[in-house]
Amino acid sequence: MMYLADVAALTRKDLRVELRGRDTLPAMLLFVLATLVVFHFAIPEDAGDDAAYGLLWVAIVFTALLGLARAWVPEQEHGVLDGLVLAPCDRSAIWLGKTLATLAFLLAAQAVALPAFVLFFEPLDATALVGVLLADIGICAVGSLMSAMAAAGRAREVLLPLLVLPLAIPLVVGGVGAAVSAEGGRFLLFLLLYDAVFAVLSWASFEYVVTE
Amino acid sequence: MIRGRGLEKRYGRKWVLRGVDVAVPEGGFAVVTGPNGSGKTTLLRLLAGLAQPTRGDLVVGVDRGRVGYLAHEALVYRELTAVENLDLFGRLYRIPERRERIGMLLERFSLWDARNDRVSTYSRGMTQRLALCRALLHDPELLLLDEPYSALDEDGAALLDRELEGLAGGHTVVVATHDPGRLEALQTGRLALA
Repeated sequence: MMYLADVAALTRKDLRVELRGRDTLPAMLLFVLATLVVFHFAIPEDAGDDAAYGLLWVAIVFTALLGLARAWVPEQEHGVLDGLVLAPCDRSAIWLGKTLATLAFLLAAQAVALPAFVLFFEPLDATALVGVLLADIGICAVGSLMSAMAAAGRAREVLLPLLVLPLAIPLVVGGVGAAVSAEGGRFLLFLLLYDAVFAVLSWASFEYVVTE
Repeated sequence: MIRGRGLEKRYGRKWVLRGVDVAVPEGGFAVVTGPNGSGKTTLLRLLAGLAQPTRGDLVVGVDRGRVGYLAHEALVYRELTAVENLDLFGRLYRIPERRERIGMLLERFSLWDARNDRVSTYSRGMTQRLALCRALLHDPELLLLDEPYSALDEDGAALLDRELEGLAGGHTVVVATHDPGRLEALQTGRLALA
């Protein structure tokens, strides 16, 4: 119970910091909407439905990257991460708190982006929506860990895409498959398995990322 | 409490600490001096457990949750208020009756009136006083202070003097400072880094 209370306190802190600073969410919203608008005019009308779903995933992945790039900025200012690492709580709670907060920002951006996608392109069925949710969980879990690693280095903006994008490819495959395949359920299972494996790996390895 | 032999630390190709021996008994008050770049901050980070020595043996006989660490930076969130920052750390440190403890520290460090202001609006001196509140919040057994007088005005420095007088003897304290004369009456040992 103490663990969950720590996670809740850390997530609440991140949401409060974002509410005050408004550094991340507005940028994510603007980016995803602008991307969809550009795609709307960029792809030919006879390009087909599948191309539109592929572009949705391009927009989702890069919007998530935008959020992840700023995820640890509040901790880097004034060196707060050292303070969190010294606290006697389980250090994985820091990762889980950050993952949940990033997930909340991504879901908020998608609450606007997905209706815009339906408006500009194609309808999204329940399988596609579940695919988006599962992929969000996966990208936020892995991305929060990679973002912490990148934040420790000097070239965060360069390093983060290099670390996250290869790991996001299975999520894109699963997400697009869930939207376009007749056997969408299989892709959802694949996404569920990805989330479970990578969430456990990220949870277990976070301590080694933030300590020497 | 602290025993280190032959401590060395390297970042990349640069050695920032070479062959340092350190021993601080329980209840001791050690002052670490040395010019800029001599490794004072690195030594305190090693003692806090935030870094590992490249070579040498280090034993710090206290759990990490019982260490209070004041760094060059304040280790607080700029977008949160003083109360919100201390409440977060109070939760993570499992402090019983943390609201009373937070209120008492904010009063003591003259931050009560600014308790609901965001840290981003604080002066450097106020931020340093808040950092001291955070370091003392959980009544640590081992207190590591890196240049604690920096940015403090005369009132703030006098406040810190009184605080350290109260802590001396009952707590183990290690202070890195450019002004060791100020702590001469309290120190039980000194480590001069070259």
